[in-house]
Amino acid sequence: MARTRAKPATARAPAPPYVPLRGHPLNEEEFRGQVGSTTWVPRLEYAWDAGVAISRFLDGLREGKIYGVRCRRCGRTVTPPRAFCELDFKPMDEWVELRDTGTINTFSICYVTWDMKPLRVPQIPAVIEIDGTSPRVGFLHLVGGVRGRTVTEIRRQVRVGLPVRAVWKPPAKREGAITDILHFEPVRKRANR
Amino acid sequence: MSLIKRKPQRRVAVIGAGLSLFMRRALDTGKELAYYAASQALQTAGIRLKDIQAVVMATAPDAFDGVHMKGEWLLDGAGGVGKPYLRAYVGGGSGVFSIISGWMMVASGVFDLVLVVAEEKMSSCQPHPQGAFLTIFDHIIERPLGPNLLWIFSLEQQRYMAAYGIRNEDIALVSVKNKHNALAHPAAQVAARLTVKDILDSDVVAWPVHRLMVSPISDGAAAVVLASEQVARRLSDRPIWIQGVGWCLDTSYWGNRDLAYPRYVEKAAWMAYEMAGVTEPRKQIHVAEPYDPFAYKELHHLEGLQLADRGQAPEDLARGRFDRTGELPSCPSGGLMGVGNPIAAAGLMKICELFWQLRREAGARQVPGNPERGVAQAWGDLMQIGTVAVLGVR
Amino acid sequence: MRSMSDRVAVVGVGAVPPRPLSVDRSYRELGFESATRAYGDAGVTHQDIESFISVCEDFHEGTSITDEYTPDQLGAVLQPVHTIAGDGLQGVAAAVMLIRTGIADLVAVEAHCKTSNILTHEQVLAMALDPTYERALRVTPHFVAGMEMRRYLHETGSSEDAVAMVVVKNRRHALGNPVAAYGGILSPDDVLASAAVCEPLRELEISPNSDGAVVLVLASEEAARRTPKPVWIRGVGWASGTPWLAGRSWGQASYAGVAAEMAYRMAGITQPDREIRFAEIDDTYAYKELQHLEAAQLAPRADVTRMVMEGETRRGGRLPVNPSGGSLGMGYCFDATALYRTAEAVRQIRGEAGRAQVAQATTGLVVSWRGIPTQSGGAMVLSAD
Repeated sequence: MARTRAKPATARAPAPPYVPLRGHPLNEEEFRGQVGSTTWVPRLEYAWDAGVAISRFLDGLREGKIYGVRCRRCGRTVTPPRAFCELDFKPMDEWVELRDTGTINTFSICYVTWDMKPLRVPQIPAVIEIDGTSPRVGFLHLVGGVRGRTVTEIRRQVRVGLPVRAVWKPPAKREGAITDILHFEPVRKRANR
Repeated sequence: MSLIKRKPQRRVAVIGAGLSLFMRRALDTGKELAYYAASQALQTAGIRLKDIQAVVMATAPDAFDGVHMKGEWLLDGAGGVGKPYLRAYVGGGSGVFSIISGWMMVASGVFDLVLVVAEEKMSSCQPHPQGAFLTIFDHIIERPLGPNLLWIFSLEQQRYMAAYGIRNEDIALVSVKNKHNALAHPAAQVAARLTVKDILDSDVVAWPVHRLMVSPISDGAAAVVLASEQVARRLSDRPIWIQGVGWCLDTSYWGNRDLAYPRYVEKAAWMAYEMAGVTEPRKQIHVAEPYDPFAYKELHHLEGLQLADRGQAPEDLARGRFDRTGELPSCPSGGLMGVGNPIAAAGLMKICELFWQLRREAGARQVPGNPERGVAQAWGDLMQIGTVAVLGVR
Repeated sequence: MRSMSDRVAVVGVGAVPPRPLSVDRSYRELGFESATRAYGDAGVTHQDIESFISVCEDFHEGTSITDEYTPDQLGAVLQPVHTIAGDGLQGVAAAVMLIRTGIADLVAVEAHCKTSNILTHEQVLAMALDPTYERALRVTPHFVAGMEMRRYLHETGSSEDAVAMVVVKNRRHALGNPVAAYGGILSPDDVLASAAVCEPLRELEISPNSDGAVVLVLASEEAARRTPKPVWIRGVGWASGTPWLAGRSWGQASYAGVAAEMAYRMAGITQPDREIRFAEIDDTYAYKELQHLEAAQLAPRADVTRMVMEGETRRGGRLPVNPSGGSLGMGYCFDATALYRTAEAVRQIRGEAGRAQVAQATTGLVVSWRGIPTQSGGAMVLSAD
């Protein structure tokens, strides 16, 4: 069995806690090769019930539609739909078909994967305020149809407040999932629109 | 409008505090880290574990350790065996919430001496602890998009910048300040002397976030001892009083609200201020430890804490207001950006800092003058929760 | 300065009937139903509730930081909400303490269960075992219960027949409970003939899983007096034993003993076996009901088998235990189990238990347990005044 060579590091500094602080820092090599460890790869699988509201939302996505719901009490139209208004605490049952266009509320240009590996082509996550909802109502999705890879290039095409439109998967490929929308792309101005 | 029904009648004090080192990867197990911090807190409070009547543990996602119900697994390191022990869990807000949970126990009159421990060991999670956050997103309508943790910070930072015209140069100054402050902190993992240029030269991970604007992965623990008034006066020469606590959780529909301003931090702050009798926070708060997991968050939170006007914290920072020697020292500890971010422990570390600052025991980190009241704040979940504690010498 | 009363009552109960599946509704929708029922029962609106506490665990939901998803279905947006990743009675205790600080008069406590959505149950359970010393055994995690049951029977001399009788009793009690999922008429032989899971533990001695959701509304004395049916929490306690499998006392539920002692002390109860009229006690595994009975001082060790075999713990007996059917009869709801026990106890004390009603149910005891491999649980004394 490998024995650790890490020395206990006790930091002394002219400030409390005055007693030495305990802890044995390891560098990566020590961590990976020189100390005892146990590995476990979990297999955790879940199948979540989508429920009434989200099931209908997903069905809508399969049809190429984005649905919202309206609260009769506070008058908000929101998406993703929910069975009850979380503010008035009353059932919400007035379904509204929203447009599949919207506005970028915020976005980012991400160059790393979740485990901090570099991405060759950056991802552009965004919160898209969907047309037809109350102000500041949106959901998370991705922006696509953008040229270039550098921050500068992408920022020329993507900004907060940019109008965007959903790009859908072809009907045969849709599953009733948020990914039935491939991404949202900048609305390009056309002369005869 | 009052945020509490009535002021609590029973007073609660912090009488001891302890920390472990904050490290990128520790040989020590989570139980051992908790033990280091807890035993130091007990020692400085001058009591033994057997005197403790209840234990609160704060520790963030179980996925870091790969242990289900990890609060149970860690309890022996936290001194919980044979005692009323519970784990409070509000994501990143847990570190400050832990002291709120402990406060409830003593202010209720049920207990006189409570040990509060916060622990995090992120290094066990492979290949990268960020993997634990893959599942914070909505299981049906967000996870299929493949989001990662950085997205929520970069989206929020971008919204904040766009809403108020804030530049990345302004935000980078937080990294500079806190890493510099941390040079005087014995637990510090990532203390450094850096410039704004160094920060902006570091690679972009998720624009507008640069690598040196992100707090590190850490292993570490913190602990405090809480006592009722009678016991505190008997045991401590200078108890530090919990004058007010507040917490507030916003909707899980985070895409349905404006990320430019943390209104839930504001509400939590006013709850704590009301309890503490603070009506003018900028005058009555003398030292602040807002939560700074990313550089922009300190600014965002200072505004939520009512310590700067909306969108104005960067300006205040630039003119030195939040320096250790400034009008309102913010993160004199060095914060998460400088000391490290073992998630739950980082929040409680801020409480420990206020404890030492208010007792004038912070040595080279000591803010000048006579600070009598401080505020610590943590944040977490899907940019949703604010947990606030006001501590004071009276 | 007016002295504040320290008394806390349960003033509202809302529960979704536990069922093996809940495919038609999401956890949000189940939560909304249970909260709506609870607030209606208490005669309050969501805006009257001043703080909210939820009890949940990440791996039960398949979500990290699952407390993010608690406020909306409680009507708790932008309110003081927090989560206890622990036992339901710890959540109730937190609410009691919060109310006793004086800053809130009405606090809701929530827990739900959608574990029908977990496809890899044993993996989740196995992950609760220590990764270095215990998980490597790669045996079904129920082995912890099997070993504990073996030691319990050995130390106490209790018989497997008594354990089987617990199943018979609780399944039969469940027939009289309209919301129970697993009512049935079994014989002790049926139980003893069921498949061995981890001997001596048998399949029918393990409570079957159910989905559900429960919300309780707790109130200070001042606020409780304005509600129709307060049931008073006279005492609450909770405790944890060692998390290690090695070195624990396998035969006794010592955590339940410490918790019950704390609850009794708060309640001023000195003779529990005389003063407690009925009990809703964790029976995740049938033998646990016996172990908890003993730990809660409701039955001396030597007497437990006799009491059970002679029907004293039946609904019409001297000390009815789990008149609701317990988890064996209603279904085991993981984090929500303790709140279901509490809800049923509250119904009993209010006289609202219909066919499951215990006569003169003035004072009841709830005992909870977090399940394997923990040694954590709680106890609570409830009474009509």
